Amino acid sequence: MSDERRPSTNPSAASRPGPHAGPPNGSPAATLDPPAPGIVYTTPPARASRIPEAPPAPMPARVSLQIDGNTVSVPAGSTILDACRAEGLDIPTLCYLENLTPVNVCRVCVVEVKGARVLAPACSRKVEEGMEVLTESERVQLSRKVVLELLGSSVDTSMAGPREPNGDAARYRQRYGADPSRFGAPAAGAAAHERDDRDPGHHHSPRGPEAALASTVQQPVKVDNNLYVRDYSKCILCYKCVEACGEDAQNTFAIAVAGRGFDARISTEWDAPLPDSACVYCGNCIGVCPTGALMFKSEFDMREAGTWDESAQTTTSTICPYCGVGCAVDLHVQDNQIVKVTSPMDSSVTEGHLCIKGRFGFEFTNTRRD
Amino acid sequence: MLWGSNARETHPIFFHHLLKGVRNGARLYAVDPRRTSSAEWADVWLGLDVGSDIALANALGREIIHAGLANTEFIDRATSDFEAYRAKVETYTLEYAERETGVPAAAIQELAHAFATADKAMICWTLGITEHHNAVDNVLALINLSLLTGHVGKYGSGINPLRGQNNVQGGGDMGALPDRLPGFQYVENDSLRERCESIWGCEIPARRGWHLSGMFEAMDRGELHALYVIGENPMQSEADRHLTEQRLRGLDFMVVQDIFLTATAEIADVVLPATASWAESEGTVTNSERRVQRVRKAMDPPHDARDDLWIIFEVARRLGTNWGEASAEQVWNEVREVSPAHRGMSYERLEALGGIQWPCWDDQHPGELFLHSRLWEDPVPGLRAPFSAVDHDPPVDRLTEDFPIRLTTGRRLDSYNTGVQSGGFTSPLRRGESLDISPEDAAAYGLADGDRVRVTSRRGSIETPVRIDPSLRPGLTFMTLHFQDDVATNILTIDATDPKSGTAEFKATAIRIEKLPPPTPRAGEPHRAPASV
Repeated sequence: MSDERRPSTNPSAASRPGPHAGPPNGSPAATLDPPAPGIVYTTPPARASRIPEAPPAPMPARVSLQIDGNTVSVPAGSTILDACRAEGLDIPTLCYLENLTPVNVCRVCVVEVKGARVLAPACSRKVEEGMEVLTESERVQLSRKVVLELLGSSVDTSMAGPREPNGDAARYRQRYGADPSRFGAPAAGAAAHERDDRDPGHHHSPRGPEAALASTVQQPVKVDNNLYVRDYSKCILCYKCVEACGEDAQNTFAIAVAGRGFDARISTEWDAPLPDSACVYCGNCIGVCPTGALMFKSEFDMREAGTWDESAQTTTSTICPYCGVGCAVDLHVQDNQIVKVTSPMDSSVTEGHLCIKGRFGFEFTNTRRD
Repeated sequence: MLWGSNARETHPIFFHHLLKGVRNGARLYAVDPRRTSSAEWADVWLGLDVGSDIALANALGREIIHAGLANTEFIDRATSDFEAYRAKVETYTLEYAERETGVPAAAIQELAHAFATADKAMICWTLGITEHHNAVDNVLALINLSLLTGHVGKYGSGINPLRGQNNVQGGGDMGALPDRLPGFQYVENDSLRERCESIWGCEIPARRGWHLSGMFEAMDRGELHALYVIGENPMQSEADRHLTEQRLRGLDFMVVQDIFLTATAEIADVVLPATASWAESEGTVTNSERRVQRVRKAMDPPHDARDDLWIIFEVARRLGTNWGEASAEQVWNEVREVSPAHRGMSYERLEALGGIQWPCWDDQHPGELFLHSRLWEDPVPGLRAPFSAVDHDPPVDRLTEDFPIRLTTGRRLDSYNTGVQSGGFTSPLRRGESLDISPEDAAAYGLADGDRVRVTSRRGSIETPVRIDPSLRPGLTFMTLHFQDDVATNILTIDATDPKSGTAEFKATAIRIEKLPPPTPRAGEPHRAPASV
């Protein structure tokens, strides 16, 4: 065991210069700083003759495939979604985000790959030589329509989008003629924590008159801290928050998916309130949430009060005022108050992610005595 | 190698990048007295005693040399003074280092071999290295390791101080250092200084000035009578608060320019309310990777506050010099004229490229990803990189029977420095100040979480609750500087400053702990140490 109390010695103490041998506050006076011992440089170092660079990235081989009958060539390792977007095709996505690992759970990006038994998620399926992809076949359109109807009947997607190109549920519903109401009127919501208390495998389909209603994930908003709220009535289980909290960015692992089937939900360990969980309030889950389920408390309160007005907001790119990392932040300002902070995904410093100080530490500029 | 840095909490987004490396198979060695949340991610944590960094670094160097792992080709071609270094570290055996640092010899040996044989290796450090009375020597000891192995001037290698404030790098780059002009140009180099004089049309003092600690010492000698403080809160940020207050109150005149009425502003003769540079005005800041980035005005300041530039232009005007209308871009273009390393950084290019890393010599230059690549040219242009033979010199505030416990200070994730900024938002993580103490010491003193103690150093005494923290080893305690209005930690700290950098030894205070009976008087009431101490 280490012991801080052990007296220290120096192996070559005799040769040691002793600027601090005396009492610490009685250091000898000097008119100006003494030059640093040893060589004093006053000439700038020579410049390198070449500009230093990163080693060249290996050039991946090109892969040729057919998308909707057109032959395209993309670098090996690309996904079908990459290839489609390079062609300017608008593939719907909900759970996909450029700075997260695809988890292919929402299934709205599915495409038909000729010869494959099932539809493939474009966001994660890698291209292969000679692949033939149909992005808007009847089978694809039907699948997307049903996915959007199931989601729309059970989840409040009113705030899902427009966030081009990801997550504009209303536009996708229109495009595919999805009608969530065909599953019936929404059933009554759950009480607070009722869904969290359900045991895996104990879900029973409703019987009687209830069976004519569409089951929903409706439940009260979770407000347990001053920084952000969780409205799981709006959660489509896209996993983005779990990814951002986990390996893709923050590596805190405060949240995961609990439960199975229709009872699956995002949860802290044992549904603990956030202040009792591992959460460190980086807010990167809010940054990636496509449906407004996770929201700044400031935005939530303003929406409740009816004062949230995006048309009256400006967004200004600047740099976080805290540590020396220099994170790019976008300040959303309404009525001369910062109401929200985000970070652009294309920043090489942040890749869209911030910490608690960058995300929430702006209040000092909002405090006004005038 | 993460040395004296709790980047997980103090540089969280840098740590995201670091963790990507760890997930890609990079090995991480954490050198820190505390087993911090950063060290928890390390392959190996080397929990050294506070202030024994040079003993550890020199032992690593000796082991690398003795194992035949030094990069002799690089040393011969690109460095100087190696023989003096070799002779110096010869006495720093693994056994000595284990005794002096508390780190097992096997761990030191493993790190030495891993570092020397790595394809690419990097040393990142923070204030655990620089807040010591021998801060510069600590840095030199780490530089020696990079030179010894050739892990410098190459992509993915190097030595990297993680800067603590969003523009501390930019401040130095702009010449806010006692011996430099904008662009790190030496003020004592006649031709560099004369060039600036010709641009500015005025005379610049030919010798370096004082750094911050030098100014405080000059106050004691009656050589410094007036102080203009911009965006700094020395009343709460300087070590040895009682001494600092005495010095500041002894000034003839002090003006404070700040966005807060800080503890320093409260005792100033004149306070100039400024604007928040990151959200209420235009300009640039430079981050830890030397990237110059634009800050922009997002909101109007409170009506009596003025942009820093406006204030400085106005002070100049009242002193009889009219610089015209204050414009951030115009000032920046003057920087580009004065500093060759910033010449190619027009606002337009900064915008288009999302920031540029200096040096950027001209309009075509992309900026430089890393420095010192010249050391890999043959022959090396300019001076070779010198080894510096430095010795271990333990903390000034010695541990004795009267002061048997080591106190070290640092930051927590959700707070920042003296708390004037971060105090503005309510964080669910915040628990206020505490003396964090190891479970072993808590048991020895009969302390439970929340118990109040009196903490006394050779300079003063404070009261604070305790918190048991298993990341601490016996004999080591931890406090922050975030809640100085409640618990003035800097009453305890020592202003033993490094003669070269002027940084005080915030990381090593000798204290004693006395348990207080509940209930207690008002929180954080400062007490002077007894006269006998």
